[in-house]
Amino acid sequence: MNDQMKKTELFDYHNSNSKNIISFSGYALPVFYKSILDEHHAVRKSAGLFDVSHMGQIIVSGASAEKFIQTVTTNDVSKIMSGQAQYSTICNNDGCIIDDIIVYKLHNGFMLVVNASGIEKKYNWLKSKLFDGVSIENKSSDFSMIALQGPKSKRIIQSIINNEITKLKFYSFIENIGCLGHDILLSRTGYTGELGFEIYCKHDAVKTIWNYILENFGKDGVLAAGLGARDTLRLEMGYLLYGNDINIDIHPFKAGLGWITSLEKGDFIGRKEIILKRDDEESNLVYFEMLEKSIPRPGFDIIVNDKVVGFVTSGTISPSLNKGIGIAYVDKLHSNKGTELSVKIRNKLKSAIVVKAPFYSNGTLSD
Amino acid sequence: MKVPEELSYTKEHEWIRAADNEATIGITDFAQSQLGDIIFLELPEIGDKVVAGESFGEIEAVKTVSELYSPVNGVVTSVNENLEDSPDNINLDSYGTGWILKVKFEDSLESYDLLDNKAYQSLIG
Repeated sequence: MNDQMKKTELFDYHNSNSKNIISFSGYALPVFYKSILDEHHAVRKSAGLFDVSHMGQIIVSGASAEKFIQTVTTNDVSKIMSGQAQYSTICNNDGCIIDDIIVYKLHNGFMLVVNASGIEKKYNWLKSKLFDGVSIENKSSDFSMIALQGPKSKRIIQSIINNEITKLKFYSFIENIGCLGHDILLSRTGYTGELGFEIYCKHDAVKTIWNYILENFGKDGVLAAGLGARDTLRLEMGYLLYGNDINIDIHPFKAGLGWITSLEKGDFIGRKEIILKRDDEESNLVYFEMLEKSIPRPGFDIIVNDKVVGFVTSGTISPSLNKGIGIAYVDKLHSNKGTELSVKIRNKLKSAIVVKAPFYSNGTLSD
Repeated sequence: MKVPEELSYTKEHEWIRAADNEATIGITDFAQSQLGDIIFLELPEIGDKVVAGESFGEIEAVKTVSELYSPVNGVVTSVNENLEDSPDNINLDSYGTGWILKVKFEDSLESYDLLDNKAYQSLIG
């Protein structure tokens, strides 16, 4: 904990309930409150509440807003309607990933939800690509954001809002709804593989909502959850983390993000380079699980026949499956499902096998 | 944070309890609280040598892995086998059921560079 860290509105809660606060993209956030494992299992079995206020929000508006989004993101935004969201990436002229984002099609414009690191830089980059009929605004410091994730989340959210949400589908959202006397945007999205919701609200609302949920639903097993559980949960689903699994040197296809890269939608920034690189790539992102009791960590080498053929970008114990799991970039020759590899864990070779994501498939995402 | 008076400590957050020339070694309450849920240990075997200030094994928590450092020179006489199935004993009771190793150590405990409870308490603040 140092004084340079930015604090979210919920910092006092974190500070009184966690002894493990770190700087995450410059924000003081808890790795865990009491236990990563308990917080992880709470999300899989009941619900967990996360402070994700570090995420950034950029609003795009104007008559040509959609055309602008088509130009600066890789996915085809014409496929979503107002009230729907879409996972996408922003790539640079080299076809490499500046960020992975969620695009919300608002009733009037778009909201881009970006990762916390270097928001200002990304905003300035977007600004440099503006053309007539579009304006953008960095609203990151105007919003707090929390996520309630887990099988019990829908019943809890339903009890604190005015609208009916039984028909709200995955990657859909509702703007301007009442929640405990405050105006929020409610989105059925998340990073855990469970049925879950994200709430965007003004700073003066977030403590009320956060405390209300914990005080009233703690008896149902709901826990506040930190960065540690967020990481084990997303890894069990094979969701990528910018800075670990993807970065400015990697194009979408290499990272397995071809499904959010629409080469058919027309031209966009990076398209030409992405096509060139797609067919000329020596290594790929793979998912692997350990065949021995051992835990892969970022940076560890992947070995086949005494040769380094790749490296780990994310790794953890999977609390749900009780084995080591990870993400790595591996030479194409060794990246097929079922390929046996070794992970060099502190000078010992431990065997692993390439698998398909998700590692964990019993989530309630589509309930 | 518990820092029992009768134990000696290392700067790397191990504790040591000596009886004659056999000592029990574990990690402190502070260390377990920083690591969080402990899920896995890699430990030496009975008969292996340990050297003061050098790593004798590793302790893995969900998010981090950390080296274990020996407070003394000696030979391993016992390893806490319960930790294989229940490594959380270290989280629950780091000075009791969460003990890690027993070693037959050389020289007197006073001859090693160890901290008493007050010095360790001020180290962790």
